[in-house]
Amino acid sequence: MARLASFSPQSAKLRVALLAASAAACLAVQADSLFAPSATQADQVWRLPAPPMPADNMTTPSRVELGRALFFDPRLAGSGAMSCATCHNPSLGWSDGLKTAIGANGKVLGRATPTITNTAYNTQFMWDGRKKSLEDQALGPMQSRDEMASDMHGMSQRLASVQGYAAMFAAAYPGQPISSDTIAKAIAAFERTIVVRNTAFDRWLDGDAQALNQQQWRGYKVFNDPVKGNCVACHSAPNFTDNGYHNVGLNPAGNGDMGRYAIRQVASLKGAFKTPSLRDIAATAPYFHDGRMADLAQVVDYYERIGVHRTEGLSPSIRPLQLTVQDKQDLVMFLQALSSPSQSYAVPSLPQ
Amino acid sequence: MIRSDRYLTGLGALILVVAASVYAAQEHAVIQKGKAFSVKRLNVKIGDSVKFVNEDPYTHNVFSLSDAKSFDLGSHGQGVSRTVSFDKAGTIEVECAVHPEMRMIVEVSK
Repeated sequence: MARLASFSPQSAKLRVALLAASAAACLAVQADSLFAPSATQADQVWRLPAPPMPADNMTTPSRVELGRALFFDPRLAGSGAMSCATCHNPSLGWSDGLKTAIGANGKVLGRATPTITNTAYNTQFMWDGRKKSLEDQALGPMQSRDEMASDMHGMSQRLASVQGYAAMFAAAYPGQPISSDTIAKAIAAFERTIVVRNTAFDRWLDGDAQALNQQQWRGYKVFNDPVKGNCVACHSAPNFTDNGYHNVGLNPAGNGDMGRYAIRQVASLKGAFKTPSLRDIAATAPYFHDGRMADLAQVVDYYERIGVHRTEGLSPSIRPLQLTVQDKQDLVMFLQALSSPSQSYAVPSLPQ
Repeated sequence: MIRSDRYLTGLGALILVVAASVYAAQEHAVIQKGKAFSVKRLNVKIGDSVKFVNEDPYTHNVFSLSDAKSFDLGSHGQGVSRTVSFDKAGTIEVECAVHPEMRMIVEVSK
């Protein structure tokens, strides 16, 4: 009754105003706490520089344009029905969304199609590192009978007979013949433009503290913590790869696919495969060299499991992890923050 | 006096010869840190050994497939060291199996 007695339109307005002000203040505090702390100097190791390029194949617009056309051109395959983009599909994170690739005549191949995103930064090529450079790698699928099964000499002659290509090669590599060498160089020059370094995480590194939320930032801490995720032991700065080879337990002691051991006969390399980069990782499911895991949560669960139930030949870098359910959710959210903004990709008209 | 001088000179020469013939093998240390060996090239003598010390928080695996010396020190984690001795002259390319960019040369001479 006393409260009713004190009621007046003025005091009611005041209360409403105070409530609104306090609610706004609460929301502001809450909003601040949703975002990550600012990136520190130590975090800057993750900043990705502009991609390097070899002295004998410097990137130029005409080389990239030629390489893009070649990349999407099915006339490069022996069958005339398969291009680089058949497996490295821009709509599927420059991969194919399959567990393992499908090659010539529908043959199911043994390993997953790696994305070409950020391969510009790689020093190791293919899952087992058997190729020495991006140029060398570009030729691999064409020369493989199980993949594009190209007749390199015949294909070079065929491209030379296409007026549009003759002009593009002359502009890109003046004075050089249309050959395996210039085809590989042009494709590699194009691939060096498929770079992701504008993810939410990269924007956070650039000083946009609101680019990462608290959960993603916690996931970043789990990623780096040697007791928790320890992901950084192999997925190291700045491109989330150590350009190294590890047996992560999928092929114990090289049972089945021997991986890197086929290239370097060192015991620990049995069943070891190259560490993939993680930028745009959310776009390239399924995961691992044989596409065994359907999503990132499964990958995190797998590493937690294999760290305890260790298999023969497992890399000692893979430790038992101390992860809570929350840690694992945070880690997956951080991996999602390594995605570039979704955008359409315009495929080129091919020279005739 | 002359005879004793000659005796001493002869004895000194003998000691020098013996010392030279029983060269004490040395152990050299190479650190693995930041995915790199601490030296790019190391000159050693036959009989010397090299201790590879891992100061990185992840695994390394030093090996060589060179003709002069083929060896595999296996996976070794942080703080662990592995030693290999060299018993033949030659140029030995040493690598890390995990991180192929880690390379160095051990030059073994007589």
